[in-house]
Amino acid sequence: MHELSICQGLLRQLLPIAAKHPGRLIQVVLRIGPLSGVEAALLQAAFPIAAKGSVAAEAELVIEHCPLRVRCPLCDAESEASANDLRCGDCGNQQTRLTSGDELLLLSVQFSEESNHV
Amino acid sequence: MCDSCGCNITPGNQHLPQRGEAVAVLQGLLAENDHQALHNREHFDRHGVLAINLMSSPGAGKTALLEATIARLKDRYRIAVIEGDLETENDAERIRAQGVPAIQITTGSACHLDAHMLHHALHKLDLENIDLLFIENVGNLVCPAAFDLGQRANVTLLSTTEGDDKPAKYPLIFRAADLVLLSKIDLLAVLDDFDPAKAEQHLRNLASSAPMLSLSARSGEGMEAWFEWLAQQKCSHQAVNRRSKL
Repeated sequence: MHELSICQGLLRQLLPIAAKHPGRLIQVVLRIGPLSGVEAALLQAAFPIAAKGSVAAEAELVIEHCPLRVRCPLCDAESEASANDLRCGDCGNQQTRLTSGDELLLLSVQFSEESNHV
Repeated sequence: MCDSCGCNITPGNQHLPQRGEAVAVLQGLLAENDHQALHNREHFDRHGVLAINLMSSPGAGKTALLEATIARLKDRYRIAVIEGDLETENDAERIRAQGVPAIQITTGSACHLDAHMLHHALHKLDLENIDLLFIENVGNLVCPAAFDLGQRANVTLLSTTEGDDKPAKYPLIFRAADLVLLSKIDLLAVLDDFDPAKAEQHLRNLASSAPMLSLSARSGEGMEAWFEWLAQQKCSHQAVNRRSKL
């Protein structure tokens, strides 16, 4: 339920980046894992509301999803897991290490050709 | 001239940056909060304050646990509490009645505490005279897990009135726990549908090795193990602090 405040934080992160580039901000790319605590659909819905009147007002939000994967220290297998079952898919060991799935990242931004600054 | 506000872009050089470009950023989306949390953590370490973040659903017994803990430990440690709730000073008043300072953060409609709110509250406390700071987060099993506050340890409570599958339903907050407390175990006798072994199984399936302790703040059962855990945390925090000052 904190997706709007995440969006507001994102916009503050975008400000200094946008200031360095003359083009219009047209795309913002995030990577979000299922164990990040953030719901991609809610973020997608909150973004245009938060971005209104900001540097990202015309930007498209692209969310890359990443799989939930764990590595087992016992059998060294890497397997797919689910948010509430992170056991090794091979041997069932409970003490696995997350290799992917808790990402909450601003990956990249894209600027248009034309200049915004006069 | 700096690199952040755009004052370095002049009519003479504005054509220089590549146009139509993709710019790699690779920053955490919670970078702002994490930066503040780091600052809070340095603050705590500098003053030798052990900060413990308590999380649970509303009504799991966080305040009752703190009342019983303060009653028992206030002669041993100088304790303070930061309370997070959407509204009211009720919890802070309960804590003050135990004779220790309490700061209430009312979040309005915000469903969790963040590192900035906590930092603001810290200014109202004399950290120099605190050994143990409990942060009672907003009662919520979803959002508090995502926001680092600068605490040394997370403690998540699961009360026996809630259902033993809560760790499977809310994996994030239980994964974030350094200690899980099964609270209100005095009620187990009348709740035949709560199985502590199942709750622990759900917790282990999250690849968590956090200890799980069963206790009742009301009857006092199991409280000694919790006090023991706190004493160990205090001890190892002091050791880390001493080493970093060498």
